[in-house]
Amino acid sequence: MIWYIARRILYLIPTLIVVSIIAFLVIQLPPGDFLASLISKAEETIDQAQVDALRERYGLDEPIYVQYWKWVSGIVLRGDFGDSFEWNRPVSDLIWERLGLTMVISLFTLAFIWVVAIPIGIYSAVNQYTIGDYLVTVVGFIGLAIPNFLLALVLMYIAFRYFGQSVGGLFSPEYIDADWTLERALDMLSHIWLPVIILGTSGTAALIRVMRANLLDELSKLYVDAARARGLSELRLLFKYPVRVALNPLVSAVAWVFPALVSGSAITSIVLNLQTTGPLLYRSLQAQDMYLAGSLILLVSILTIIGTLVSDILLAWIDPRIQLQ
Amino acid sequence: MSKAHVSPAQDRPSPADARAETRVVVANQWQLIWWKFRKHRLAMFAGAVTIFLYVVAVFAEFFAPYSSGTYSAAHTFIPPQSIKLIQQTDAGPRFYPHINGFKVQVDQESYKRTYVIDESIIYPVGLFVRGEEYELWGVFTTDLHLIGAAQFGDPVYLLGTDRLGRDVLSRTIYGTRVSMSVGLVGVGLSLLLGVILGGISGYYGGMIDNLIQRTIEILRSLPTIPLWMGLSAAIPLTWPPVRVYFAITVLLSLIGWTTLAREVRGRFLSLKTEDFVIAARLDGVREMQIIIRHMAPSMTSHIIASVTLAIPGMILAETALSFLGIGLRPPVVSWGVLLQEAQNVRSIATAPWLLFPGVAVVTAVLAMNFLGDGLRDAADPYQA
Repeated sequence: MIWYIARRILYLIPTLIVVSIIAFLVIQLPPGDFLASLISKAEETIDQAQVDALRERYGLDEPIYVQYWKWVSGIVLRGDFGDSFEWNRPVSDLIWERLGLTMVISLFTLAFIWVVAIPIGIYSAVNQYTIGDYLVTVVGFIGLAIPNFLLALVLMYIAFRYFGQSVGGLFSPEYIDADWTLERALDMLSHIWLPVIILGTSGTAALIRVMRANLLDELSKLYVDAARARGLSELRLLFKYPVRVALNPLVSAVAWVFPALVSGSAITSIVLNLQTTGPLLYRSLQAQDMYLAGSLILLVSILTIIGTLVSDILLAWIDPRIQLQ
Repeated sequence: MSKAHVSPAQDRPSPADARAETRVVVANQWQLIWWKFRKHRLAMFAGAVTIFLYVVAVFAEFFAPYSSGTYSAAHTFIPPQSIKLIQQTDAGPRFYPHINGFKVQVDQESYKRTYVIDESIIYPVGLFVRGEEYELWGVFTTDLHLIGAAQFGDPVYLLGTDRLGRDVLSRTIYGTRVSMSVGLVGVGLSLLLGVILGGISGYYGGMIDNLIQRTIEILRSLPTIPLWMGLSAAIPLTWPPVRVYFAITVLLSLIGWTTLAREVRGRFLSLKTEDFVIAARLDGVREMQIIIRHMAPSMTSHIIASVTLAIPGMILAETALSFLGIGLRPPVVSWGVLLQEAQNVRSIATAPWLLFPGVAVVTAVLAMNFLGDGLRDAADPYQA
């Protein structure tokens, strides 16, 4: 087990390097360098000494790999992500709370997906080709086909039209800039259900399909017949082994559900105006605030990579055969 | 169901059964796939819907009552109008498809304009009507439209209008062209990458396989939408629409190829040890020849199925990016661009019909998912 984890973590290193290069590429892509946009946006003139200092700090006169190295080493060694010129603050001041909220929403959604998908998947497999099964299948396919943001828009419209309230946001107005207290956390919990449902729909639909298919495979195996022949009750028969075996692929599914969640939450958050990384990234891209945008892409990617790693380790722990492969 | 319809149990195979069996034995692979696919009702229906959408995309000018840019400042935010087939006249009811006109009422306090249906005004509606002139594919000029106002110039907007008084139905139809083709072009590029890299990976194995598989794993663990957002935001605003369109499809396929590559690799791995491939190799057939002549044909059906399943993802991605305003941009009309008009609750509250392009997205994605599912089941006709 330890070896397996060590190997997975070793694989992490090239992944992180690739991700950092991609994020750096995003920073570099817009025409002109960071300083050019800074100077053009600044209201008062920036004196030459200040420009030179910044030029030195980001290594803008040096070859691209030196710039990359300065950026990456700043992050790794000093936790310095550069400055956001739109906010005129260090990037690291802006991102941590939003990253935390992204993570909270993603984890809540993941839990929601599991809690909903597993029982429905079991029901659908046990009652194969009944009306209930068909209903689940159809609803599941529709859930897969509706883009998250469209679902968000429709639910917002329904809430507005029929309940007369404007939903959106993750906090009530009085808590938006407040410090973390118990009240603020409770306030968040009362708002979080909508984004969780919206984000969870497609993942739930996908996992119901997976769960149903896995369980059907198991249920047709001989050991199930043998157990039934021995007079085991249907419920025990179902939960003792088939469901447990069918859950395995579901754990590995987390590896692709999690990136999809973080990714999907970017757009949904913009529509619902949540205080997560999505809207900040969107605004920073529009303002060409590239150090902020690049850092966000880097951190969100790292977040998903760690999520994938955790699910891999979890899977190896549940199913020891994985370690041998 | 009555008992007479239940056929008696047959113990011995009848001559008809024997004939059917011979037919199955001599049928080629594509016939078998077609027979199996045909049994899948839902997939057949989805296939028809898909074909219909592509036909609409090709003949958008004909299907749309107006051109995508036609606007009318006097007719902004008109709600959808329902077609009435029967008109009550003094001589009794008669078949006369029409819509009712409307009066504008301005709320004195809020200056909000509302349209009220006016039963006395009648605008006839017809099929194959003469309307705006257009050039189909730049080849021939005509003014024939599938549906629209029977008299050119009548304000007939079946699905309402947007804030500039543009017809939502027409724009959705024009959007079909871009949205559906982004999927095709993007998947085409992904397929190229996927088949080449997946093929190499599965056929040669070893170090190369390891390298390509790790690359795929890295790409798959990335959150695609933030990445797409970052990359597409870098597309210069000055680029012409066509180049933006291609840049977007290239971006989508840069990440989209991984699924196809995995599929191809898996097929290659299982085929590599098949007797007929080993036989060909022992006969001294060249590597390329083995891949193209012997291995590729037995994978095509699977690849077609996975391609069909990959297109919806592309359509959704394009819609999402354009919706945010960092994908395709007006004057290009795609479903995502159209949905941008409905970006916040306020605009949806005034004009919920602006969400109609979303219905088109869901229809297209559903149809292609069902079609792909049916194709995947049918792709292996030897399996029960």
